[in-house]
Amino acid sequence: MRYAFWPGCVSKGACPELYTSMVRVAPELGIELEELYDGNCTGAGVISEHSMETADALNARNFALAQRLGLPLINICSTCQGVQSLAQQRLRKNPQLAARVNEALADEGLQYDAEKGLEVKNFLWVLVEDLGLEKLRSMVKKPLTGLKAGPFYGCYILRPESVLGFDEHPDRDHYLEYVIEAVGATVVNYEGQDKCCGFPIMTINKKNSLSMAASHLSEAQSEGADCLVTPCPLCHLNLDAQQPDAVRYATVNGLEVPILHLPQLIGLALGIDAAELRLNRHVVSTRKVLARL
Amino acid sequence: MEVKLKVKRFDPESPEVKGRYQEYSVDMPENATVLESLIQARDYEDESLALRCSCRSSICGSCAMRINGRARLACKTQVRNLTKEGGEEIVVEPPGNMPVIKDLVVDMSSFWDKVLAVKPWLQPSGPPPEREYLVPNEAMAALTEVMNCIMCGACVSDCTVLEVDPTFLGPAALAKAWRFVGDPRDAEDLPRLRELSEASGMWDCTRCNMCVQVCPKDVKPMDQILKLRAEATHAGITGNAGSRHTIAFTEIVEHSGRLDEFRLPILTHGKLNLVGQVSDLPVALRMLRSGKMPSPFHKPIGGVKHIKRIFRRFAGKKPSEGSH
Repeated sequence: MRYAFWPGCVSKGACPELYTSMVRVAPELGIELEELYDGNCTGAGVISEHSMETADALNARNFALAQRLGLPLINICSTCQGVQSLAQQRLRKNPQLAARVNEALADEGLQYDAEKGLEVKNFLWVLVEDLGLEKLRSMVKKPLTGLKAGPFYGCYILRPESVLGFDEHPDRDHYLEYVIEAVGATVVNYEGQDKCCGFPIMTINKKNSLSMAASHLSEAQSEGADCLVTPCPLCHLNLDAQQPDAVRYATVNGLEVPILHLPQLIGLALGIDAAELRLNRHVVSTRKVLARL
Repeated sequence: MEVKLKVKRFDPESPEVKGRYQEYSVDMPENATVLESLIQARDYEDESLALRCSCRSSICGSCAMRINGRARLACKTQVRNLTKEGGEEIVVEPPGNMPVIKDLVVDMSSFWDKVLAVKPWLQPSGPPPEREYLVPNEAMAALTEVMNCIMCGACVSDCTVLEVDPTFLGPAALAKAWRFVGDPRDAEDLPRLRELSEASGMWDCTRCNMCVQVCPKDVKPMDQILKLRAEATHAGITGNAGSRHTIAFTEIVEHSGRLDEFRLPILTHGKLNLVGQVSDLPVALRMLRSGKMPSPFHKPIGGVKHIKRIFRRFAGKKPSEGSH
């Protein structure tokens, strides 16, 4: 299994533990990553607020880089997934747009074949659809029995379903649960698992942003979760780095919920050392998780 | 076909009983909707069950409610599609984010108050023309999504911001605002946009896509909110954190090809906004301690000159006139 790898800005910025753990875990799963070092920011749905066409051109550039390698694209960010899927849909539906964008890319000798398209998959989807849960189960060296983990998806990998391949894969909103089970841990479901973490308005309306994070964290903790697992580094930032501030809006006493990146959960089950997975690089200590293993 | 319903009840005469669910089992034809099943239960099993409905063909917008955890029109939701989603029992609850009057009926006053607050009527300038207002086809075609709104409140029910902040204008009212800001006949764009840029307005939307997902008429309320934001920013209404955020984000990527998480919050608060800057210090220190602080020395990607060229080429195009 070989993929063009778009790590996203955040895994190279404020969540370096995500990048490190992904690069450590992938070869163990038989996943080869060809990183797009010259790839650019997807715009995170923000640049499209300013200029949709610029955002589409930026995304087409990444797609073209992957197509040049002849490989499907893997990302490790729910936000990148949503933005890339939406851009793909617009480019596919609007050949004039694709032509204008390709004119811009031609200066660099790049071309995105929108009609042919490109498979763009988050690591979560790759685990379930390409690797397969059976295979994943067989690779587990250290089942995470005793760990109770809650899923936290991130909006853009779930909505809108019409652009995220739910017609073909209607279970994509259950994949985190499947993976948590496959590595031997127990799933803890709670109401906020598919809601917004609040990250996009952190610097715009801090109170609302923290209240959202606090609400999901409180629910998960009161349902008995030892930790949450997320495929989205932006959710990680709001749920982990902001958690000490979110505490004041919590509805439970002593809020402390470590947040794992998806590759970290897999890495633990593959028997990789916690420090190599950078579980020591979180704001909320992961000792609660490690104590369960 | 046996349809099992689990309905959340609330009786205003005994408000101390909260969160009680009642189960009904009704015999229905294969193609029955949830609404038909509820009516059957009410008419033949329990006449005390309260619900709202009228047209039964997804035009009037009366029967929005939460079905299996998600806001939907009961008349547009077929039972057999739900049983495909899993689970034998269909859980029916009143719409969220609005106070319950009885059972599945909620008080929609706050919904209507917010729609009214955006002045949902045309405000042209000058005397009216002798005949009708002439508008290019494409200008109205761009508004068809939002004109499909039937005011059912599904988007408001499931809005993730309203859950934590009832003062937020919300997806239905903001989408309605775009209906007039985007209308070439309306002359009040700037005052409208200024007002909508205030607190609890367009910039408080988190872009979570929940309203896009649940809207039974494909209005895509969030997309309309994003058009308002673009319009406001392009009109120079930039004295707020939301607008500064999009401008800073865009400029950072233009100049380096990727996000600079060190500078983005500083620029969003505004360089001279000391209170804003100081409010981020605790989280910055925590991240520094955990080795998560983004480097202040930001490195552009290889090929950044191509990124700059892309920006120059497409600069100035608004989302609403771009690739839609």
